[in-house]
Amino acid sequence: MPSHHTHLPSSDPLHAHAVGAHVAGMDVLSVLAGIVLALYFVGVVRRLRRGAPWSVFRSTSFAFGMGLVLAALTPPLAMLGHTDLRMHMVQHLLLGMLGPLGIVLGAPVTLALSQLAAPSARRVVRVLHSRPVRLLAHPVTALVLNIGGMAALYTTPLFARMLHDPALHFAVHVHFLVAGCVFSWAIAGTDPGPARPGYTHRIVALFVAIAAHATLAKVMFAYGFPRDTPFDAEATQDAAKLMYYGGDLSELVLAIALFTRVHAKRARAMAKVPAHVARAG
Amino acid sequence: MRRNTRGKIPGVQAHTPNALLRFAVGNDLARGVAARALHRLRPMSAEKRSAWTGALIGIGMMAAVDEIVFHQVLGWHHFYDRSTLAVGLLADGLLHAAELIAIVAGFFGLLALRKRGELEGPWAWAGFFLGLGGFQVLDGVVIHKVLRLHQIRYGVPLLPYDLAWNFAGLVLMGVGLVLLVRARKQSGGGHAFAPHPSSL
Repeated sequence: MPSHHTHLPSSDPLHAHAVGAHVAGMDVLSVLAGIVLALYFVGVVRRLRRGAPWSVFRSTSFAFGMGLVLAALTPPLAMLGHTDLRMHMVQHLLLGMLGPLGIVLGAPVTLALSQLAAPSARRVVRVLHSRPVRLLAHPVTALVLNIGGMAALYTTPLFARMLHDPALHFAVHVHFLVAGCVFSWAIAGTDPGPARPGYTHRIVALFVAIAAHATLAKVMFAYGFPRDTPFDAEATQDAAKLMYYGGDLSELVLAIALFTRVHAKRARAMAKVPAHVARAG
Repeated sequence: MRRNTRGKIPGVQAHTPNALLRFAVGNDLARGVAARALHRLRPMSAEKRSAWTGALIGIGMMAAVDEIVFHQVLGWHHFYDRSTLAVGLLADGLLHAAELIAIVAGFFGLLALRKRGELEGPWAWAGFFLGLGGFQVLDGVVIHKVLRLHQIRYGVPLLPYDLAWNFAGLVLMGVGLVLLVRARKQSGGGHAFAPHPSSL
């Protein structure tokens, strides 16, 4: 362990074991992420060979998002995330916010549906339309999972427990990744989303998410959360600031993605209305 | 009880208490409200729509300037002032979310207006400055003085800061008013606040 990270006693054998197990868990996730990334590009190449177009923006976005997730899972960052709260926060931003946004804007489900044989594609669609997925994919559920999960992690003893429990730590990272993907998908996804409500509804959900995220970050800054950790007050405040500004950045991108879709829909609707009617209202 | 295919009880108006339930199950609660708001906006002239869109960006921008310049760069009042209540933090968070969405929505609104050839530049600029100044004055009077959520700076005599803050806001509003009058003249007469012929 690098010597300048003095927040945790590195001589603690129990703790060293926890870090090692944790990093191993991250490796499994990295391999999975790598496989998904490879599959995506196999799909893109197959589509292009067939002459079916696939947008460069989607490919770039997916590669970028997966790249950020992989970066968050690399052993150096995974290890530092364990010993430095700031690095944990960077990891959280990459895994739970910026990475998922890139993944969702890459429309992986649309690509998969175009590549699967009809029966399998139908099965995927049936799963997407199933009641649990509809419930999960609703912006309100996604919002609660995402922000509620964060609030539960940082304002309860869960965080302190996580530092010594590799399985829990692994589960928290998986939760960040999944909840982040579901939220971005529910708000601004182009992949099929049977439970996705209208735009007004989604703008309201995004508004609540931004406000809740900003408030949570400030509460952490002001009242010193997460508590009962080996990190000093300065590191805790720095982490809260990172959460605040990093969250802003990804929410700004999410808002732009959402409004791009609103704008495109409005343009389509306007194209259907004769010009003189549109002008007169 | 007999229900029709959309799950509504026949004969019951659409905006009864089950609106909340509809929100929870994925129906668009705000659709009714939004439709009514749009109905009011529709008859608005291109000029007025440009001005309001500009104002939306102005309000969002001034809120962002306050946050970036005074909270981050100067650090005069914070991120969070320890003396305020948790409610203050929540209010701050809501303001922050509104500002971020206002800026994005405003720019997309301008884009939409331009695409339709309805963007009236002088009106949008007038609205922008009115939005900037209006928010500044609202912040200076309501947030600082009436609600006393935070002050501009601590440990110094406040009066000059308050005067400068609100004076700057009034100057911005003045610029907006001058631009509005000029835009009105350019548009060929008529009172700046008069309804567009199409709405009559």
